[in-house]
Amino acid sequence: MTKPKLLLVDDEEEFVDTLAERLHLRGFQVLTATDGEGALRLIEKELPQVVVLDVMMPGLGGLEVLQQIKTRTPRIPVILLTGHGSTADGIEGMRLGAYDYLVKPINIDELIKKMLEAVST
Amino acid sequence: MTLKNWKERFTEGFFLQADNESPARYRILRRNIIILMTLITVIPLTIMAVINQYEYERSIKDEIVNPLRTLTNKTKHSFELFLEERLAIVRSIASLYSFEDLSDQKTLSRIFRVLQNEYCCLIDLGLIDTKGIQMSYAGPYDFLGKNYSQQGWFQEVVVKGVYISDVFMGYRQFPHVAIAVLRRAEEGRFWILRATIDTSRFDDLIASMGIGPDSDAFLINRKGIIQTPSRFYGKVLDHCPLSFPIGNYGAIVVEEVDPQGREMLVAYAPFAKSDYALVLVKPRSKILQSWYTLRSKMFFFFVISVVMIILVVFKLTDTVVKRVQEADERREFAFREMEHTQKLSSIGRLAAGVAHEINNPMAIINEKAGLMKDLVSYKSQFQEKEKFLELTDAILQSAERCKTITHRLLGFARRMEVKFEVLDVNELLKEVLDFLGKEYLYRNIDVRLQLAENLPRISSDTGQLQQVFMNVLTNAFSAIEDEGCVSITTWDEDLDTIGVSIQDNGCGMSEETLKHIFEPFFTTKKGYGTGLGLAITYGIVKKLGGDLKVHSDEGHGTTFTVYLKKKPTIN
Repeated sequence: MTKPKLLLVDDEEEFVDTLAERLHLRGFQVLTATDGEGALRLIEKELPQVVVLDVMMPGLGGLEVLQQIKTRTPRIPVILLTGHGSTADGIEGMRLGAYDYLVKPINIDELIKKMLEAVST
Repeated sequence: MTLKNWKERFTEGFFLQADNESPARYRILRRNIIILMTLITVIPLTIMAVINQYEYERSIKDEIVNPLRTLTNKTKHSFELFLEERLAIVRSIASLYSFEDLSDQKTLSRIFRVLQNEYCCLIDLGLIDTKGIQMSYAGPYDFLGKNYSQQGWFQEVVVKGVYISDVFMGYRQFPHVAIAVLRRAEEGRFWILRATIDTSRFDDLIASMGIGPDSDAFLINRKGIIQTPSRFYGKVLDHCPLSFPIGNYGAIVVEEVDPQGREMLVAYAPFAKSDYALVLVKPRSKILQSWYTLRSKMFFFFVISVVMIILVVFKLTDTVVKRVQEADERREFAFREMEHTQKLSSIGRLAAGVAHEINNPMAIINEKAGLMKDLVSYKSQFQEKEKFLELTDAILQSAERCKTITHRLLGFARRMEVKFEVLDVNELLKEVLDFLGKEYLYRNIDVRLQLAENLPRISSDTGQLQQVFMNVLTNAFSAIEDEGCVSITTWDEDLDTIGVSIQDNGCGMSEETLKHIFEPFFTTKKGYGTGLGLAITYGIVKKLGGDLKVHSDEGHGTTFTVYLKKKPTIN
């Protein structure tokens, strides 16, 4: 199975970089963004196959980014990352069209599994 | 102490400040209400009773004393009439006949006989001249020629023209009264017509008063000498032992203690034209009998009223103060409950904040450690590769543990979404027990189910209730020794509620522990408890509209009781 091109969006640079490196090690082509605007620009330019998006971000929030993605490029699946224990954000995201959500700190194997599922549907 | 201080003291003692929560408060309140109510009811009643008693006594005495006075006056008038009549006869004779006529013994005897036939009680009749010599006499004795000029009555009749004597004993030791009338002739000479009457008529008049056997009536003169026989106070001409005021004023009634020591009412009526006075003596107790009866009735009524008032006041005050106390206790309880809830929720918010802040760095630690592991396992021919992988695994495990804790914390704090469905609590309990089955079978724990057969199905959240019972049962199992006993009971509490109790015979809890068991991070399982189980349980039960009560007996066991609403309610 070919590894999909993915975009990783989180305001914590350390988190994004580290996770990106780990995914890169596993053969994924990883794009990163640390804010909503950057993410939207990259999506237009690069057209990733899947977006992993943090819900809690300063500026343009995760759910707003999600809505914009869904209006501009509705075919790209989005997996949400929530820092909250609350399932509310996750469920709200699902309602807005996210494919699924994961709770931070995440297990990388689980993330990969979810991404592959999202891309193959 | 100044007036102001007193006023303050009074106000303080009487109307207690609301923040004074000591138990003495209710005692003082009770005392004050009792005193106040008793005073404002008993004082007017007492005043009324005293005034009544006084007024009644006065009017009743008047009512009793007046007839006494009237009777005495009436009888006195009869006496006066009797004497006046006799005096009128003598006076008429003296006017109708001349001195010469009356000096004739025959004429006088004739007149005497006629009078004796017409008027009773006449003993004799005699004529006395200027020198005091008995000129003629008709009667049973021989007084002819007797000289009266030196006797007191002779002097008096010369001065006054008319004379009625005191009672005196005649020659035959019979009480008599003498009546004398003076007639003046020419040249300064005068003559006196004197008649003697016996006093048997007096006795008739007194008898006609119809006084009772314990009363007495008699005549006395101004000097206090008894003139007619008295039942209790001496013979005729004895001195009367009663000491009422003697004088010439209207009829009076006085109270008197007689020589026998009896309390008597004495009516005294002096005659207008002679020196007599009529005395009526009646025992006071007899006369005032009706008053005494009435007074004792009134007193009895008063005492009964006061006793009833006091009883009612006590009972009423007791009820009122008890109500106040109950209301205070309820308020206090509600306040504590609210405080507790507030405390839990603020701790919850704090926990959520901390958890959230820790979560992000934890995610970074997690990824960094993950990357380290990846690097070592993918690429490097690192000498200490095994050791290194062990270390990164340990970090990842710790991060995982942190994740569990933060998620439970957040779970505790968040508003859980409740999905209501109709469920059977008995079934649910059995499922939870199945889930915990291995543990209690292995430890030989005796689980006794006393499930109500017709327990109504309720509307609630299966998952959350599972967690509730799981937590409570886990606690119960950890409280008991192997081969201990846990009883699970369900029942239909009331129209809206069912009850589930989980009772163990384990170690129990101290008062201090009981106070804190629903607080997050409070744990007695040092080292392996998060202290969140019961806090979460409590939160869930409250959220589902139910209630969670705990009762514990240190050393004997603990009972958790969960009350669940039958219909969905969300707090």
